Amino acid sequence: MTSSNPKRHFFRGAGDALPFVLVIVPFALLFGVVASEAGLNVAEVMGFSVLVIAGAAQFTAVQMMSENAPTVIVILTALAVNMRMAMYSASLTPYLGKAPMWQRALAAYLMVDQAYALSQIKYEMEPDLTVPERVAYYVGSVSPLVPLWFTATYIGAVAGTQIPASFALDFALPITFLAMIAPALRTLAHVAAAVTSVGLALLMAWMPYGSGLLVAAIGAMVVGAQVEVFLARKATR
Amino acid sequence: MSMDHGTVWLVIVSLAVGSFLIRFSFLGLIGDRPMPEWVLRHLRYTPVAVLPGLVAPLVLWPAATGGIPDPARLAAALVTLSVGYFSRNVLTAILSGAVTLYGLLFLLG
Repeated sequence: MTSSNPKRHFFRGAGDALPFVLVIVPFALLFGVVASEAGLNVAEVMGFSVLVIAGAAQFTAVQMMSENAPTVIVILTALAVNMRMAMYSASLTPYLGKAPMWQRALAAYLMVDQAYALSQIKYEMEPDLTVPERVAYYVGSVSPLVPLWFTATYIGAVAGTQIPASFALDFALPITFLAMIAPALRTLAHVAAAVTSVGLALLMAWMPYGSGLLVAAIGAMVVGAQVEVFLARKATR
Repeated sequence: MSMDHGTVWLVIVSLAVGSFLIRFSFLGLIGDRPMPEWVLRHLRYTPVAVLPGLVAPLVLWPAATGGIPDPARLAAALVTLSVGYFSRNVLTAILSGAVTLYGLLFLLG
């Protein structure tokens, strides 16, 4: 019988997260480069990575700011990208909900896709873990990722302005996002949502201030959810 | 390009507070009460609902070519998407896309 041992679970979490270093570092470097090319100074680039810690939302905000979208639209669209975290928060609550408030606040600040995915699987497979062990695993899983996220952003920001335009870095963002979207197209509902998003965004491109993207996103979410319901009904029939 | 630094910090602070509240929502405030299924069902699709719409105009009408569709960029986008879909590996997809882009930019001049 194992006794409660948070320290051991911290190191397990850190070990399980190691492969993600290969994703985090290039992504953070790229953010540093793209953001400084867009005209942000090093303090602002670091402000994004340290205070927001959400790669996709950070890229979205910088892209829309460089298209001169109004500030409210920039904020709303970037937050929309982060709405998936509400789902993470909800699904971690049964496991971490009894931890002290400061630990839950820390877990919220450190919530990144990889830590969520690892922890969720771990908690489901080992239901006997104590709450301190679960917190230790979670914090362990972000321990190799978040410090490297900060460091690599900094390196990218400092190096960024010295990269010549012939490197076609304008296309780093589309490639990175496409690479993130493609593996997420797991079901027909996800594909339907993505196709709707593309179609509506192109059709609504005339709408002022980048607001077309918000319309496209809402439409795509509804389509995804409806297709899921439709397929579930068909399967039970 | 120059940006208004006050605006940039306004965006950073708003996103920091907003993102924290989204992450903290259930964990911190709502607790163990279950969320309605229909809300979860919509939240599941937020990344695939926002990101493709953001990328599509950048792929079709790149600012670097003055908004004219560019064969190298279109091909790079297609390769990234297909490799990402079949390999389920983000890093492999990015590398394939980058190789396609630079290869074609070099070949097509």
